[in-house]
Amino acid sequence: MAEAPKAPSKQPPAGGRAASKKELPEHFKSYKHVWVFVEQERGQAHPVSWELLGEGRKLADKLKVDLAAVVLGPEGEATQHVIGEAFNYGADLAYLVADPLLEDYRNEPYTKALTDLVNTYQPEILLLGATTLGRDLAGSVATTLLTGLTADSTELDVDEDGSLAATRPTFGGSLLCTIYTLNYRPQMATVRPRVMAMPERVERPVGKVITHPLGLVEDDIVTKVLDFLPARDSSKSNLAYADVVVAGGLGLGSPENFQLIRQLATTLGAEYGCSRPLVQKGWVPSDRQIGQTGKTIRPKLYIAAGISGAIQHRVGVEGSDLIVAINTDKNAPIFDFAHVGLVTDAISLLPALTEAFRKRLSPHNRDKLASRRAR
Amino acid sequence: MHIVVCIKQVPDSAQIRVHPVTNTIMRQGVPTIINPYDLFAVEEALRLRDVHGGEVTVLTMGPASAEDSLRRVLTFGADRAVLLTDRFFAGSDTLATTFALATAIRKIGETFGAPDIVFTGKQTIDGDTAQVGPGIAKRLDFRQLTYVSKLVSADPDAKEIVVERRSEAGVQVLKSKLPVLVTMLEGTNEMRRGTLEEAIAATRAEIVTWSAADAGVEDMQKCGLRGSPTIVKKVFAPSARSEKAAFVEAEDQTPAEALVEAIFERQPALQEDLAALAGGY
Amino acid sequence: MIDERFDAIVVGAGMAGNAAAYTLAERGLKVLQLERGEYSGAKNVQGAILYSDMLEKIIPNFREDAPLERHLVEQRFWMMDDRSHTGMQYRSDDFNEEKPNRYTIIRTQFDKWFSQKVRDAGALVICETTVTSLVQNGEGKVIGVRTDRKDGEVHADVVVLAEGVSGLLGTRAGLRERPEADKVALASRKCHFLPSETIEARFNLKGDEGVVIEAAGTISQGMTGMGFIYTNKECISLGIGCLVSDFQETGQTPYDLIERFKMHPSVAPLIAGSEVKEYSAHLIPEGGYNAIPQLYGDGWVMVGDAAQLNNAIHREGSNLAMTSGRLAAEAIFQVKSRRDPMTAENLSLYKKMIDDSFVMKDLKKYKDMPALLHTQSKNFFLTYPQLVSKAMQDFLRVDGTPKIQKEKASLKSFVSARSWWGLAGDAVRLARAWR
Ligand SMILES: Cc1cc2nc3c(=O)[nH]c(=O)nc-3n(C[C@H](O)[C@H](O)[C@H](O)COP(=O)(O)OP(=O)(O)OC[C@H]3O[C@@H](n4cnc5c(N)ncnc54)[C@H](O)[C@@H]3O)c2cc1C
Ligand SMILES: Cc1cc2nc3c(=O)[nH]c(=O)nc-3n(C[C@H](O)[C@H](O)[C@H](O)COP(=O)(O)OP(=O)(O)OC[C@H]3O[C@@H](n4cnc5c(N)ncnc54)[C@H](O)[C@@H]3O)c2cc1C
Ligand SMILES: Nc1ncnc2c1ncn2[C@@H]1O[C@H](COP(=O)(O)O)[C@@H](O)[C@H]1O
Repeated sequence: MAEAPKAPSKQPPAGGRAASKKELPEHFKSYKHVWVFVEQERGQAHPVSWELLGEGRKLADKLKVDLAAVVLGPEGEATQHVIGEAFNYGADLAYLVADPLLEDYRNEPYTKALTDLVNTYQPEILLLGATTLGRDLAGSVATTLLTGLTADSTELDVDEDGSLAATRPTFGGSLLCTIYTLNYRPQMATVRPRVMAMPERVERPVGKVITHPLGLVEDDIVTKVLDFLPARDSSKSNLAYADVVVAGGLGLGSPENFQLIRQLATTLGAEYGCSRPLVQKGWVPSDRQIGQTGKTIRPKLYIAAGISGAIQHRVGVEGSDLIVAINTDKNAPIFDFAHVGLVTDAISLLPALTEAFRKRLSPHNRDKLASRRAR
Repeated sequence: MHIVVCIKQVPDSAQIRVHPVTNTIMRQGVPTIINPYDLFAVEEALRLRDVHGGEVTVLTMGPASAEDSLRRVLTFGADRAVLLTDRFFAGSDTLATTFALATAIRKIGETFGAPDIVFTGKQTIDGDTAQVGPGIAKRLDFRQLTYVSKLVSADPDAKEIVVERRSEAGVQVLKSKLPVLVTMLEGTNEMRRGTLEEAIAATRAEIVTWSAADAGVEDMQKCGLRGSPTIVKKVFAPSARSEKAAFVEAEDQTPAEALVEAIFERQPALQEDLAALAGGY
Repeated sequence: MIDERFDAIVVGAGMAGNAAAYTLAERGLKVLQLERGEYSGAKNVQGAILYSDMLEKIIPNFREDAPLERHLVEQRFWMMDDRSHTGMQYRSDDFNEEKPNRYTIIRTQFDKWFSQKVRDAGALVICETTVTSLVQNGEGKVIGVRTDRKDGEVHADVVVLAEGVSGLLGTRAGLRERPEADKVALASRKCHFLPSETIEARFNLKGDEGVVIEAAGTISQGMTGMGFIYTNKECISLGIGCLVSDFQETGQTPYDLIERFKMHPSVAPLIAGSEVKEYSAHLIPEGGYNAIPQLYGDGWVMVGDAAQLNNAIHREGSNLAMTSGRLAAEAIFQVKSRRDPMTAENLSLYKKMIDDSFVMKDLKKYKDMPALLHTQSKNFFLTYPQLVSKAMQDFLRVDGTPKIQKEKASLKSFVSARSWWGLAGDAVRLARAWR
């Protein structure tokens, strides 16, 4: 049986500190510990924060340092809840800047809060989610601190001498590269949602919380939030966090045939997605795109029909537990990373597949299954 | 209104190949294109100019050949193009790039009038960091409005701008003060085509070409490789999984049934999950 | 409309258009060249052979900076059946000369280079601009073009139609007929990328040496067509073209054809392990001499593929395109220098020049070939290759059968497949057409 696909690269990071000439400047030597910026919007923490705490935990353990969660937000229950969750997902301590001005995300107060924290408490590694918020903030913070930032990392590690080795796609995803920030601190990296696995959540007591003032008044902030229009739920897909995803590609040939994907998804209670050309052709809305410039997914089951498996698509689905590919071309690259393949015409298979699943998942069959299990 | 748009000439990444043996990039014959996201920024800038008057200056940092991309933007109707090119810029990471671009934008301000808005694309398809825009803003001490899906209004007299910005949970409507830096989302507008007259003028236009010194860079240590805190240690192709997919062969079943069978065989727990998800049957 | 007037407008920036625009601009004429692609070469099918002589007459020192892939030292011709090929090949060290005669090139890169030369010579090159129609005055004289850009009309003394095989403009203006389906081939090709060392090892090459393989036989499934394999520096371009009318009749698709060609046991090992990056298809005029339309008129000349100037038998197109572009430009220059108007009568000089050149002489020589190959396609592309293969195999297989018996048997199979009459007739017809 094919194993779950590994992250694209497993070579040990080469070089690191040893390969660089300069010694870390003296004033950076006091920088210690791994920080994860916990992103929350309107009281809702973004799950990427927990994924990063999981990854940060590994780095902190290797470095034998603490893992800290950084929480910025208004005072109140929601923020307290987020802090509690950060501990449940493995933080050793938390830094908190609580201020009503941090109610909505705005670049200015957030940049100030985070840079102040960094300058005061001096972490060696700072991780953020590569979301619209995280990318907006990370660029400003890194430039203010004049330190290096590796955006959209897909793999994080520390090498022998404790430098952060961040691997990310380059050249439109055709290649990967490993990047170091050797002579500056903190070493910053962003990671896209779903690239890292979700760690286990364990109820833990709230640990040490260090609070820090924001030191701004509303008049200091130029940008004002006039309104917030929450995404309409009906149109918003839960693609990134779905357990089952069914996707179609150009091989389907027409927007009409894409209905077959929707039908299968409905039958399975799954989310549907697509490859990029379908978005470009306007067949499918852009929030359904899976891949490097779309969503990264990690479902238990991913079914791809009529998708060739270009590298940019592959990087978005590799974390799936089981990848099933349906393609007429037995040499299609998707079969290089799918676990189960079927070489056939998707257009005629999909309706049959929907039917076969429907039968298999009917209550009758379920009961039969249950009784078989019981025996 | 003076608007500066940053564009980047990038290799058409769909055409990049990797040497199967050495794992290095085979650049031969890889065509270059204007970073697709930047075209939305260009169009938005042109629209603002059409409404409020003023000028649009396009700026790029890159090799001499990036002139082609600048000229192409001129055919869309931009007023001026600045090419920042110098071997000192080679090997720039985002921090060094923002240093060079911010320095050049200051120089553009001194030479052609202070910009009210600087536009960048959301991200490039080669660097793909989405960090250059925010970095420029910080260095110029401009406010930044990223992931803008709509320019609601701009008032050059009141020096105010209102935009819709996409966030993870919805859309923020933000009001800020000029000068600002805006990074535009894709799909927000459709690129225009200039008139034949404009196309002819663009072909004949002088491209303003600046070296680092011309742009007013004083400290070369902040440029290129030397000014870059990040160090790329290696570039490599994703390794192939050793095992190919197990192909499903239908024997006494239909292919669809065989596939369902194969799925549940591998992931028995899925059946219950699916039954729960599918519900209702 | 644009107020500015030009001496000449060149429509298209392919081989013919670039040759014409360069020559005109070089002679000091005020030239506007319009190309619909994003840049010259953007829409042009890659992977081709460049003939030095014709380019030397335009840009003598082109070797200094033109993007050339490999110079050709070897030519192979394969007659193929489904599992084998019978080949002829010629290789000579003489081709390793100081100024090689033929090169492989990648059109997108080459055209870009050529276009830069055109601009350096002083022509105004405007891309992403499609010419939609010719502007004619009351008497039918062509006085300019209309483009798809706003306010996109522009006038000139003469318009050079170098728009390539589809020739829509010429057709719309009634200057030529639409090419018929049995007079154009649809060629599709793919680029298979491999490290240069691998290519050199597989084709027995060193350095910049290159090989061309031309192939005919059952690979075209009985249709009139040919396959080709060119070695570039880091890729092998491979393709196959057949008459459009044959595709229509047989329902074959170019894609399937090329896939089958790639999987042929003689071809597959050459491209094994390669990475495919492009699939493209393009038309080639195949009508030959008899299909050539009127080449000039009041205020216009027609060059290259647009004028069907393509020698399908020898797979030469770009050299005829370059030469016709250059000659048209020289004719225009002469008319201009005499301060004569660009009338049909004066521009007939172009026709005279091209008649005197190899272009028309070659095309005339092969004028009956297209029709012959087309009417006899089953024989030339299915029956004969199969017979030849069988004969070769029987001859080579050592199994105790006396050689004389083998020869007789293979002769018999030829005859039974095609009567004596048929064979003799084909031989005569082929010889006549070729002569
Ligand atoms: C910078 C950049 C970013 C990109 N980001 C993304 C991204 O985020 N996501 C993404 O998906 N792509 C992305 N791409 C595009 C990517 O390179 C590929 O072009 C794209 O994924 C191909 O989509 P496809 O597989 O649907 O189409 P194709 O590559 O055309 O494949 C179609 C497949 O369908 C098969 N097929 C045909 N007919 C049938 C049939 N009847 N039944 C079954 N199979 C059939 C064919 O054999 C083929 O394998 C990006 C590209 C670039 C340059
Ligand atoms: C697969 C294949 C392999 C070949 N191999 C060889 C070979 O090895 N050697 C060889 O000598 N020949 C070869 N040929 C033939 C050769 O490519 C052509 O004969 C040659 O390119 C003709 O040049 P052209 O300038 O007439 O046309 P093109 O090169 O087709 O150029 C026409 C140009 O005009 C532009 N255009 C068209 N309409 C308009 C319009 N309305 N407005 C503005 N611009 C327009 C097009 O975009 C294009 O750039 C091959 C052809 C094919 C298809
Ligand atoms: N070399 C450059 N010259 C001009 N603009 C650039 C350059 N690099 C990046 N940009 C701009 O910054 C945006 C984001 O780039 P990136 O951070 O590389 O994803 C791009 O869309 C461009 O608008």
